[in-house]
Amino acid sequence: MTPQEIIETLRSRFGDAILEAKTEGVIDPFVKVSPLSLKEISHFLRDDEKTLFDVLMCLSGMDYTGGKLGVVYHLHSTNLDHKIVLKTEVTAESPHAASVESVWKTANWHEREAFDLFGIVFDGHPDLRRILLPDDWEGHPLRKDYAVPEFYNGMKVPY
Amino acid sequence: MGLLDQKFENGNVLITSMDGLLNWARLSSIWGMQFGLACCAIEMMATGASHYDLDRFGTFFRGTPRQSDVMIVAGTVTLKMASRIKTLYDQMSEPRYVISMGSCSNCGGPYWEHGYHVLKGVDRIIPVDVYVPGCPPRPEALMEGLLKLQEKIRHESLAKKPAA
Repeated sequence: MTPQEIIETLRSRFGDAILEAKTEGVIDPFVKVSPLSLKEISHFLRDDEKTLFDVLMCLSGMDYTGGKLGVVYHLHSTNLDHKIVLKTEVTAESPHAASVESVWKTANWHEREAFDLFGIVFDGHPDLRRILLPDDWEGHPLRKDYAVPEFYNGMKVPY
Repeated sequence: MGLLDQKFENGNVLITSMDGLLNWARLSSIWGMQFGLACCAIEMMATGASHYDLDRFGTFFRGTPRQSDVMIVAGTVTLKMASRIKTLYDQMSEPRYVISMGSCSNCGGPYWEHGYHVLKGVDRIIPVDVYVPGCPPRPEALMEGLLKLQEKIRHESLAKKPAA
């Protein structure tokens, strides 16, 4: 399927949950979906025989500034050899997104990374701990408003 | 002042100072600790392998800090790793030495400004004897560092009490 056909399929099935879609002028065509319907849409994309997105190639956290965070999912179908990008946006006050770990197992560590560095909480994740930084680290360093601490465990951090 | 480059005359009797003998033995068998942190470790492994062959300086790598004389900090010291490095250093028996290999462990390297997770120089947690510059340093540079350390050991004194 072409990206346009995938987007049309999603529009006809999920309607208002599809917030935005773009195929022209971007490197990877994307669909922006509501965080509330994300898991349902993921299940559909994986299981529907016309889409069959069996691989989550990458899951990225985003900070769009202005109190908006996001998650980006790059999907690929090894059977049908087509791709699509899913995007979703959450607020920094309530950074909750649904976990897709039950849809694609790959998401497990990727979501832990996004949680570690951006503080996005993935509801339904079986083991949401920090993955890169030490457990006693404070804050989420890839957020745009992150301030580097003066000391960490008695060690001076700035140069 | 090499010990063996003097001629053996007078019935194999050789006269040297106690410091000279001990230091010659110590500097001829500097055992390194076998661990690497980043891309510098690749160069360190290349230095230890057959082409550059660290064994000819008496240096080879041991798997435990208890049997090591020198810790070659080869790579980026993250804040998460820093406490482990301190522990490993504390487990080494004295006299012990540290070679800081590469820009990262010298001063933070490319992470000096935006590396929120990087210790800006391993000398903030343990004393460093020799700094080897480079990103990463070539094997020749690391060998130069080891030779510098040998020079340092050659002029030390274990027999005499250090001046207060």
